[in-house]
Amino acid sequence: MAFFRDETQFRNVRLVELDNGDFACSVTRLLVFSTHRLAILQRLRTSRDNVLAAVAAKGVKEITYHRDYAARWLVTLACGTEQSRRRVEEALITVWPYVAELFTAHPVERRIAGSGVGVDPSTVRDEFDSVITQVFHAAELPQPAVAPAPHGGGHRDGDHTDAMAAFVGEMQSLAREHTMGVW
Amino acid sequence: MNAVTTAVIDPSVERAREVAASVTDPEMPMLTLVDLGVLRSVDRDTDGRVVVAITPTYSGCPAMATMRADLECALATAGFTDVVVHAVLTPPWSTDWITDAGRRKLAEHGIAAPGTARVLKDGPIALTLTVHAPVVHCPLCGAADTERTSEFGATACKSLHRCRSCGEPFDRVKEI
Repeated sequence: MAFFRDETQFRNVRLVELDNGDFACSVTRLLVFSTHRLAILQRLRTSRDNVLAAVAAKGVKEITYHRDYAARWLVTLACGTEQSRRRVEEALITVWPYVAELFTAHPVERRIAGSGVGVDPSTVRDEFDSVITQVFHAAELPQPAVAPAPHGGGHRDGDHTDAMAAFVGEMQSLAREHTMGVW
Repeated sequence: MNAVTTAVIDPSVERAREVAASVTDPEMPMLTLVDLGVLRSVDRDTDGRVVVAITPTYSGCPAMATMRADLECALATAGFTDVVVHAVLTPPWSTDWITDAGRRKLAEHGIAAPGTARVLKDGPIALTLTVHAPVVHCPLCGAADTERTSEFGATACKSLHRCRSCGEPFDRVKEI
């Protein structure tokens, strides 16, 4: 399904669309995403939906690893050379505008949180901030003061960054050219 | 550790169990699915079908589809044509389930076995900023003087190491 969906039919947060070319940027983005996702999954372990709870219990073990990996790399880069620190500082300016969106609840998220199945992402902000504060303290970095990136449309309603079109095009090119992998 | 049920003695189920237990992991073919702790049960349901339950190792591990196909193929070859393979998510797989035989086989093939997995409690999970590098013995020469060269190795579930004593690089299955 994902291979034949239009750009506007993807409901992802814009953070995950950012370009993957710069290591400091990728590590910063991984730290942000995994810290947020771990806080969500950790709560989903007690979801009323058994499958979601089981997936979350499994995911928690894996994402804990990725969050630690990203956090250690951020500290290593920030406390490394002048260049690696500058690259991290630039990465924060690129990534941080997309942080606020992670904690904005979509009406669907609020509804399934209300029924005990999902998690309202706005409820994990404190945990996210506490983890990020620890990482930034170890990395001797100030909290980034960057305004959230403005939305063209609504939140998680198919509004994307400019990077999305090229990204989706590349990911779908094989499936569109060779449907069902037959050639 | 492996919940291979043995409640009812049915010779054909016993045979199906033996066949399923001999299927190997596509990435680490020195290990059977039993060695890896992936094969949870082999039974026969009321409709006479052979029901195999396996636990995914990592979410999204590409080996799962192959394991499923290999189980179906091995059982079909042994004459079991009506087979269902279920994926069981709970409890989540852990490298702690790799059997002693599995650990020995890993080492014999130059791969260091994982240590004990970290236990995650309910509530917020603490960040680990300092590397608690466990002492990893070189699976080739046995020396403890080794270093980790990359947190990701030949597959995402392994890390890459090097022995300072014999100079050889080796993979290690990461504990999860």
